[in-house]
Amino acid sequence: MSTSQTTTTEHHPALAHQFDSMQQQQDASTFGMWVFLLTEIMMFGGLFTAYLIYRIKYYHAFVAGSTSISVSWGFANTLVLIGSSFTMAMAVWSAQTGRRKGQVWFLIGTMILGAAFLGVKAKEYYDKYDECHIPGHVIGKGFNTWGGCSSTDPKLGNIADEIREKNPSEPETSAVQTAKQTEIFFSFYFAMTGLHAFHMVIGLGLLTWLLLRAKRGEFGPSYYTPVELGGLYWHFVDIVWIFLFPLLYLISRHQHGA
Amino acid sequence: MSDQTHSHPTPGLYVVIVTVLFIGTAATWAIAFIDLGIWNPVVALTIAVIKAVLVILFFMHVFYSSKLTKITVAAGFFWLMIMITMSLSDYLTRTFLP
Repeated sequence: MSTSQTTTTEHHPALAHQFDSMQQQQDASTFGMWVFLLTEIMMFGGLFTAYLIYRIKYYHAFVAGSTSISVSWGFANTLVLIGSSFTMAMAVWSAQTGRRKGQVWFLIGTMILGAAFLGVKAKEYYDKYDECHIPGHVIGKGFNTWGGCSSTDPKLGNIADEIREKNPSEPETSAVQTAKQTEIFFSFYFAMTGLHAFHMVIGLGLLTWLLLRAKRGEFGPSYYTPVELGGLYWHFVDIVWIFLFPLLYLISRHQHGA
Repeated sequence: MSDQTHSHPTPGLYVVIVTVLFIGTAATWAIAFIDLGIWNPVVALTIAVIKAVLVILFFMHVFYSSKLTKITVAAGFFWLMIMITMSLSDYLTRTFLP
């Protein structure tokens, strides 16, 4: 039996009985959170590895697919997400130093920026829907990057035409084939950004829970582990996007412009 | 587990880090439109790694954490590198033999 902290019955209400001290409890929680994040790294890592293999195998299709998504929106969203990581770090700092109002406002700020990110993502997804760039034939009019997506604007979503405009010597059959192969790029695009967005939605749920507890004044210098761990999760999701942005949006941009 | 006294990063440091992250993002975006040949993805990923390390060390407090946390984080990225390098060393060399 431990003798260090058990001489008095008075202890912090958040201290679980299997721990000797608040510090030990926080260290154990932080370790557990990081082990969870390692499983997350491996899950996203599997997608990144598969992405790299197919990017090498179908490089031209990946360039064509990548240039069809909006680099401006992707860039803006990167700034929004990094900003939200900053407000999250400030929320943790406010909890550590016992600033209750600071916690509440920085958590709200993080949620607003997170929601803004998802709003932009929804706009980008809608554009892809409109251009018939969603893989498969379940959503919308079906995948079509070689013309005939829209009856009013034949240029809409026509990647085969764009390839031939940039390189007129390329035969039409080869351009159409590359355009068809962009389906594999869009599969990765939606799988990776979709899984990332799903993590953001869960993160917004966690932030709501933290916000309610912070409002009740549950966190202070002696106990802020939930805010700290929520922060770790939020920053992890930010790191995933830091890699998604250059890998998905910036393949060979210099050849094609914005 | 460590029982070291926790030193916390200050808001001033967070402002510096977020500024560097913004600059890094802008640099990634701007450099993507310059033709560097095969170096474009290398530069983009190098900047991304620097940004990720800054987030991990300071926003995620690993710089101030116990040795156990540091080793755990390092182990995670070590395993990730094993997965990526071993997989690619297979797929990239399949055509090497006649």
